[in-house]
Amino acid sequence: MTGDATTSGTSGSGDLDGSTLSNAFAEGPAFVPYLVAGDPDFESSKAYLEALDRGGADVIELGLPFSEPMAEGPTIQTAIARALEGGMTPDRYFELAESLDVEASLVCMTYYNLVYQYGTESGPRPFVERAAEAGIEGLVIPDLPAEEAEDLRAACDEFGLDLIFIVAPTTDGDRLDRMRELVSGYVYVQARLGTTGARSDVSDQTATILERVADWEVPRAVGFGISSGEHAERIVAGGADGIIVGSALIDVVAEGVETGRPVRETANQLESLASELTEGAAAGARKNRSEPEGQ
Amino acid sequence: MSSDATFGDYGGQYVPEALMPAIDELTDAYERYVLDNEDGFMDEFRARLQDFGGRPTPIQRADQLSERYGCDVYLKREDLLHGGAHKLNNALGQVLLAKYMGKDRIIAETGAGQHGTATAMACAHLDMPCEIYMGRTDINRQRPNVFRMRINGAEVNPVDVGRGTLKEAITETFRDWAGTVEDTHYVVGSVVGPHPFPSMVRDFQAVISEEARAQFRDRTGGLPDTVVACAGGGSNTMGSFAAFIDDDGSDGDDRVDLHAVEAGGSSLQVDEEAGVAPNSATLSTGEEGVLHGARTKLLQDSDGQIMESHSVSAGLDYAGVGPELAQLVDEGRVTPANVDDDVALAAFHRLSATEGIIPALESAHALGYLEERIGVVEETEKGGAALGDSILVTVSGRGDKDLETVIEESADRDLDAAPDMDVFREGIR
Ligand SMILES: Cc1ncc(COP(=O)(O)O)c(C=O)c1O
Repeated sequence: MTGDATTSGTSGSGDLDGSTLSNAFAEGPAFVPYLVAGDPDFESSKAYLEALDRGGADVIELGLPFSEPMAEGPTIQTAIARALEGGMTPDRYFELAESLDVEASLVCMTYYNLVYQYGTESGPRPFVERAAEAGIEGLVIPDLPAEEAEDLRAACDEFGLDLIFIVAPTTDGDRLDRMRELVSGYVYVQARLGTTGARSDVSDQTATILERVADWEVPRAVGFGISSGEHAERIVAGGADGIIVGSALIDVVAEGVETGRPVRETANQLESLASELTEGAAAGARKNRSEPEGQ
Repeated sequence: MSSDATFGDYGGQYVPEALMPAIDELTDAYERYVLDNEDGFMDEFRARLQDFGGRPTPIQRADQLSERYGCDVYLKREDLLHGGAHKLNNALGQVLLAKYMGKDRIIAETGAGQHGTATAMACAHLDMPCEIYMGRTDINRQRPNVFRMRINGAEVNPVDVGRGTLKEAITETFRDWAGTVEDTHYVVGSVVGPHPFPSMVRDFQAVISEEARAQFRDRTGGLPDTVVACAGGGSNTMGSFAAFIDDDGSDGDDRVDLHAVEAGGSSLQVDEEAGVAPNSATLSTGEEGVLHGARTKLLQDSDGQIMESHSVSAGLDYAGVGPELAQLVDEGRVTPANVDDDVALAAFHRLSATEGIIPALESAHALGYLEERIGVVEETEKGGAALGDSILVTVSGRGDKDLETVIEESADRDLDAAPDMDVFREGIR
């Protein structure tokens, strides 16, 4: 968290030097876990997030649950349903963010309607202001492509938040340039087509996309389907600056809910999976140093 | 793209990045083939609508209703289009467009099953593999259409999330598309979704009012005072209004009033706690927000979570509405209205018993609106009706798909034109 940002500045209209999100990638590959806030309830969720932090999280993508999660596969859909059932709302979400005792930087991941509706004035500004106040450092909005992001980019600039974009396997040409201009913090590299969900293999689409963003000024975090330390190692060895892991962690939460396992045990399991992923990523980075691939 | 992608503040393209290249490709194809008739696309589309679809559909004076309401009531008979609803106009257009684009698989959502049926028919006709997503609740209440889709060769994928209606089916179809976008086209079933869908679906459905306006002129020498159409997502609404929008009374021309009738469901009251709006009256009661790729009016709670809607008619049971329709309402060009389940069911029986036309429950909402606004008119009051002297109502579809629902729902209600069906009820479910 305290490393300087020499290796990775931010681009676009974001705050150029002050991005702590970029800094989180400075001391080796970043581990970026995702959980749905409030899954299955406020207190358990807090315990799980703090366990991930102990397991080595550099950035936590904290999902604010929306009723129509268009980009999620079944695992995250079910987690979102559990969190909504457990009473999670935008206001409770910010309270949870404020209550967390973690080293990692917080990024909010949600859908645009919740950002747009928050507060009394319409538009994204009140949401971003409240997020900044709660200590959140960046936003990822999967249903907001660069074309529609102007208002949100302006609000993020005003309150010093990073705005992270997702580069998909289908993104290229002008679209890449436009996103490069708007992105700050890090770029979310979507490893494969489809919705979120843990997979047992690593997509070979990943290398191709990483190449497309190779000369970007922001660090490159790869997500979609990563489920083990071995995946993490291969992805980092393939050139990623960080790994984003959601569904594989949520599978642990879901199993805990289904089997009625005590919260502390689930937290311990999350912590050890987090450690495995962190170590996998570090191993990938060591491989890179010993046999640097033609960059 | 920005200017025509929006309707005032509404519309836009709020979709995951993975879909954006396909949306750009579709926008390009829409502009070339549909707007510029490249390679004679529109000529082929019109020819197929005629030969395969049975266009033009007639307008018909409804004599009993005209008598009852003391004015001329004309029906635009989209129930006579192949498949039994207006949905084929759009489905055939999009499946043909997908062929021109070189796509080799079709997916679609469906609520009432009419759009799914139309898409399945168009795919069989044009030799394309087809998968339809349909909510579990809708599968149970629109079974004849499920069978028709399967018999036309489409896969039907049940959606078990949430209430299992149109909203969930659309979300699920977007998820399929996110993984298959390179070779698959998503045939969106109404004037909803990201640009270019709202404009493109309107253009394919505009044939309804292009025909109807000319037919009405031929028949009566003038234009109707009012056009009435039901609105779910709003495709038959926009199709019924498109050619009349410029008849707004400016320059001293005749004004044609446009009324969009949504489902009032069982009540307009909202249960915020449970996240349920027991209606689908989005145009009258919704708030601006972003859903399924567009900024539009939505049924949502104060946090922005989307509400579960309700209507006796599956095709109107949706928490959103087309962005262009939302804008036309804000501008005052379209009057939003709604009628509840009871009024729609009564209108269903009235048209069936007095005109010999069994309408879809969706269309019955448009007919119920006449009863609610005008009511029975005495001989002496003729000509003074609340909606003018001549009214054109779009019968967007036929009601064969709804018979089980209607028999169930009519049993506990006191509906004047409904026959006694009790002896036949056994064995329906
Ligand atoms: C007969 C009929 N009318 C109307 C609708 C509502 O759709 P839209 O508002 O797009 O016309 C449906 C939808 O399934 C339908 O089947």
